[in-house]
Amino acid sequence: MAGITISGLTKRFGVTQVLRGVSLAVAPGEFVALVGPSGCGKTTLMRIIAGIETADAGEVVIGERAVTRLRPAKRDIAMVFQSYALYPHLTVRENIAVPLAMRRLSAWQRLPLLGGLLPGARARRAAIAEEVVRAAAPLGLEPLLDRRPGQLSGGQRQRVALARAIIRRPAAFLMDEPLSNLDAALRVQTRREIVEIHRAVGVATLYVTHDQAEALTMADKVAVMMGGELLQVAPPEAIYAEPADLRVAGFIGSPRINTLAAAVDAAGRVTVAGLPVGLRTEARGALTLALRPEALRPAAEGLPAIAEHLEFLGDGLLLHARHTPDGAPLILRLEPEAREGLRPGAALRLGFAPSRALLFGADGRRVAARADAPLVAA
Amino acid sequence: MRPPRLAGEAVAGALMTLPAAIAYLLLLLLPTLATALLAFTDYELGAPDLGWIGLGNFQEMLADRGFGVSVRNTLVYVGLVTPVSILGGLGLALLVEAGAKGRAFFRAVFFLPVVSLTAAMAAAWQYLLHPTIGPVNAALRAMGVGTPFWLSSSDTVLLSLAAIGVWESIGFNMVLFMAGLTAIPRELYAAAEVDGARSGFDRFRLVTWPLLGPTTLFVLTISMIRSLRVFDTVAVLTQGGPNKASEVLLFTMYQQGFTYLRLGYSAAITLVFLAVVLALMWLQTRVLDRRVHYS
Repeated sequence: MAGITISGLTKRFGVTQVLRGVSLAVAPGEFVALVGPSGCGKTTLMRIIAGIETADAGEVVIGERAVTRLRPAKRDIAMVFQSYALYPHLTVRENIAVPLAMRRLSAWQRLPLLGGLLPGARARRAAIAEEVVRAAAPLGLEPLLDRRPGQLSGGQRQRVALARAIIRRPAAFLMDEPLSNLDAALRVQTRREIVEIHRAVGVATLYVTHDQAEALTMADKVAVMMGGELLQVAPPEAIYAEPADLRVAGFIGSPRINTLAAAVDAAGRVTVAGLPVGLRTEARGALTLALRPEALRPAAEGLPAIAEHLEFLGDGLLLHARHTPDGAPLILRLEPEAREGLRPGAALRLGFAPSRALLFGADGRRVAARADAPLVAA
Repeated sequence: MRPPRLAGEAVAGALMTLPAAIAYLLLLLLPTLATALLAFTDYELGAPDLGWIGLGNFQEMLADRGFGVSVRNTLVYVGLVTPVSILGGLGLALLVEAGAKGRAFFRAVFFLPVVSLTAAMAAAWQYLLHPTIGPVNAALRAMGVGTPFWLSSSDTVLLSLAAIGVWESIGFNMVLFMAGLTAIPRELYAAAEVDGARSGFDRFRLVTWPLLGPTTLFVLTISMIRSLRVFDTVAVLTQGGPNKASEVLLFTMYQQGFTYLRLGYSAAITLVFLAVVLALMWLQTRVLDRRVHYS
């Protein structure tokens, strides 16, 4: 068992600073999802860990070994590519065997007909063939072993790429958006399979995705990356409930978190549009109050708003509203029964529990807040 | 109503293809047919009449020592030029692609012989390979090595022509291979590295060579047909000499038809040539094609 530790990685492409000193640790057996919007540098980071790209500065340690200056082949990793990167001229069987053949057979022994006649080659080839079947079976690839990638569906190719990655039992798995080329239904199913494979193999895994749902559902820990920096690394629950940065709060969660411009009065009470909202803070200056859609509730007292639009989701209800004083859009996730009495155009008061309010400073970092006198009831 | 409109469309379509069809018929199909018919006659240019001699021309070919030499020379020439220009073109393409700079420059440099006029370039080669005043032999003399009579000795003439042939087509092959290389997904090289292909040769065998398969097949066919068609350099530099040592198929055909005016015999040689080219193309489309396309 081994983990991945990276420290202070920086990378620049021309004038663009892609990575600004990224440090991250993936413990042995841990599944870490690296999530961020397109172009945030997450794929570059993964390619640097794999050794396909070189960093300008910083260190990569896999297991106990510093591998920063080693070639990918010597890093003891396996990678699943977004495009799967299967060899189109090889059968599924041969594709899965490549990592073993490359390491256990000499260049001569790998020769098509002749290679099998060389001393030792036959036994090693038989052992590899056996392991290929063992890696392919749990993924349901056995009937497909003699096909070529061109004859497979997207989901089947994806499995072949996974089998090729797990066959060698590497020290670490790297997965670069492995599900992004699958349709929605298959994605949900494969998501689970990858988690099960990870549980069975128990290898440190770094999983790059732009899909926050994948990150939250699959990972032990989620690392949110934006603009070449890691903003927060925490378990999925903490990333969702206690985001450390306004950008993290905005990126994670769907529908998007509600944000309202807030201020602090002389007594330290947080106000929105001049109205105290039942929170106190030591911070000063312009603040942002952020509330998850399920934290807001229609109430007798609270933020004044106008209901605009209702979306029925079957198991719930989305209420689109507008904060009356400054016109900020608000979204509420409600129980289906709440539909009664909610009509577009109706004036509402929206309350929330102080414990569920998130307060951010002008720099976007989280600031501490505590409940004040219950002016706004939940 | 659909059917009448379809019929109208069909007529319009036929009318629009008519000019091309007529040109094809007049310029390609009819001459080919005429050649094929002529091949079975004893027609000579200017003769008042012609006689149907069946397979007479082909029998003469089999018995003709000169024709046998011509076929042998052509095969040797193709056997030299095709592999060297393909492997050389591939090597150059890999080197130029691997370089960080100067791709366009090297591409232009190596492609120059392809776009230049062979007959004019042959004159330059004649000077370069001249036994006494040529720079090649001057260099060999300076190194104290023997100075062959490149184009005027029957031992070296075919080799010299083959070298010029390689020079002519290596750039073309290189450009084709470069196009093939850019079509290989970069991710496959990354995957090969992660999978343990440490040396450049390993990656070449695992990724480059198999994925270049369709390109290589195309280059192989083109190169064989191009070198089979060797004529300009022979006509300008050696006239098939010395002593028929550089006589090739198309030159024999040209001589029989335009020097000895034996159009019937010349047409028979053309027919043989056509059959060989068609056989090569059949080999490409039917046999090899299946082995290099992977989907």
